[in-house]
Amino acid sequence: TKTRQNFVEKVEQIFTGYKKIDEELYEELEEVLIRSDVGVNTSMELVERLRKEVKQRKISDPQELTKVLQELIVELLGKEETIAFAERGPSVILVVGVNGVGKTTTIGKLANRFKLDGKRVVLAAGDTFRAAAIDQLEVWGERSGVEVIKQREGADPAAVAYDAVQAAKSREMDVVLVDTAGRLHNKVNLMEELRKVKRVIEREIPGAPHEVLLVLDATTGQNALQQAKLFQEVAGVTGIVLTKLDGTAKGGVVLGIQGETRIPVKWIGIGEGMEDLRPFVPKDFAEALFGSSEEG
Amino acid sequence: MFQGLSDKLQETFKKLKGKGILKEADVNEAMREVRVALLEADVNFKVVKDFVAKVKERCIGQDVLESLSPAQQVIKIVHEEMIDLMGGATGKILVAPKPPTVILLLGLQGAGKTTHAAKLANMLKKQGKHPLLVACDIYRPAAIKQLEVLGEQIKVPVFSMGQEPPADIALASLKHAYQNGQDVVIIDTAGRLHINEELMDELRAIKTTVKPHEILLVVDAMTGQDAVNVAESFHKEIGLDGVILTKLDGDTRGGAALSIKAVTGCTIKFAGTGEKMDALEPFHPDRMASRILGMGDVLTLIEKA
Ligand SMILES: Nc1nc2c(ncn2[C@@H]2O[C@H](COP(=O)(O)OP(=O)(O)OP(=O)(O)O)[C@@H](O)[C@H]2O)c(=O)[nH]1
Ligand SMILES: Nc1nc2c(ncn2[C@@H]2O[C@H](COP(=O)(O)OP(=O)(O)OP(=O)(O)O)[C@@H](O)[C@H]2O)c(=O)[nH]1
Ligand SMILES: [Mg+2]
Ligand SMILES: [Mg+2]
Repeated sequence: TKTRQNFVEKVEQIFTGYKKIDEELYEELEEVLIRSDVGVNTSMELVERLRKEVKQRKISDPQELTKVLQELIVELLGKEETIAFAERGPSVILVVGVNGVGKTTTIGKLANRFKLDGKRVVLAAGDTFRAAAIDQLEVWGERSGVEVIKQREGADPAAVAYDAVQAAKSREMDVVLVDTAGRLHNKVNLMEELRKVKRVIEREIPGAPHEVLLVLDATTGQNALQQAKLFQEVAGVTGIVLTKLDGTAKGGVVLGIQGETRIPVKWIGIGEGMEDLRPFVPKDFAEALFGSSEEG
Repeated sequence: MFQGLSDKLQETFKKLKGKGILKEADVNEAMREVRVALLEADVNFKVVKDFVAKVKERCIGQDVLESLSPAQQVIKIVHEEMIDLMGGATGKILVAPKPPTVILLLGLQGAGKTTHAAKLANMLKKQGKHPLLVACDIYRPAAIKQLEVLGEQIKVPVFSMGQEPPADIALASLKHAYQNGQDVVIIDTAGRLHINEELMDELRAIKTTVKPHEILLVVDAMTGQDAVNVAESFHKEIGLDGVILTKLDGDTRGGAALSIKAVTGCTIKFAGTGEKMDALEPFHPDRMASRILGMGDVLTLIEKA
């Protein structure tokens, strides 16, 4: 895309436009990071670490810096992580996040993916609040031929989760994907409701939920940090899904989140279609942040 | 957070005892703190640069007032400049001389378009108008149903034609409104990326077909640095008359507001503050400025000094 090119050009300019590694170069680098929502603190920290590496490795050619910084970012992001499944019986995956980030869509994509892997999947329509949220999930269920367990609008989400887990147990399903209503992390009563949903799941299957996925919109700025912290506190988030990476935003905010919470990013969303979900590969992400690879 | 910025500025100016004027060196140090505060609030990088330069110019050479500490003086200037930048007419919808008034909502996926189409309808209805909601999102699963459910809640009719081309739906809705005495038509569209040419063409087609009186960009207040790219593209490609900033009931500082206004010049007309149908307010630049700086009420704070 146009913006990505601009971005590539920018970074290349930084590294090729300088004959030597100096203060100005570092400053411009920090700017590139901040522009990708990495945040002031994490950006400064990364640049600081880069300085150390340059000293240690006695690097003098600015051209070598991209690679070193990418290494540092990959290190920060940790290794590639996969989804945890139960050893026996149904695995329960609870999907949480603020409003409109892509929870329901991600569930639709995951259902399709798991189904293709040969798993027996059931969906729980745990968003009983938003207008037509249940209908939306049902469309996704139809798309991948997966059953949706639901109650009426306004029902207790914990009761829906309970029904779905019971159904999964009795019908020997492999995966239960639980949708939840979007909620801003600063709304205490809604966060309590989420705690209750999780508690019900825990009670029905020991060790469940096996995954609590926090969905983050890549367009989100520094507020994502707060989202990660509070959802982590209330629901014990085990992984992040970073959506809407098909736009021009780079989702750099996950770097800051890594620094502060260590929640691994597990999937990325790159479109509205059923196939537009990819496992998160730290190396690719680091490259995309600098625009040197074609794939988002 | 404001306490943070305020404290840091106090620290910066500690040596600046007594009277005199604010010198460049002192102001420079203060501006570094201001810069970080704004970036942490998601104000766009470039906007921060220009803004800080402008504020700096105003600060240098200012007499240190008796009544305010230098730190408070700087914050006051920052605050004033921000309000100035975000100001302009707010909270009003342009009414067409000949009904129906046509309002077109557009924006990225999940920003809050459908919810705010209904909230606007609700607000206008309370003002004595007869709005019609139009379902032009033919892609998102259950998008039409969502609008219908909301329409039902606020007792506002919803016009839909399934998956027909959106420009056709929009055109037919005008006729429908005319025949049924509805004086405002609010068009909900599918979420789209600003770089998606095909979907931008679709918006252009709607625009040329129905000639909206108000084209409003719906933006999530939590948006980061990319907000300006998004707003700039929509403004350049379609042409915007204003902005609705949503999800301000969260704890985001909302720097996107400042960025968008600075870059496109479009006024922010409304603020969304919840999922319920009455959670819509006129946008207040002064409150937003305080919020971006991360403080409750800057004026009382300054007055206390
Ligand atoms: N471009 C793009 N759009 C996406 C992606 N994931 C989701 N969306 C879109 O984002 C919008 C919101 O998605 P939903 O799945 O409804 O989000 P949600 O988190 O369930 O929303 P609420 O339940 O209302 O809180 C829809 O228009 C989706 O099609 C993605 O990876 N890329
Ligand atoms: N807390 C809060 N939630 C909001 C606000 N406005 C919208 N939402 C929620 O955000 C989510 C997305 O809203 P929608 O109106 O579906 O957004 P949209 O832009 O129409 O989404 P697409 O059609 O998928 O592009 C829903 O869960 C809404 O309830 C707001 O001001 N505050
Ligand atoms: Mg949903
Ligand atoms: Mg919509």
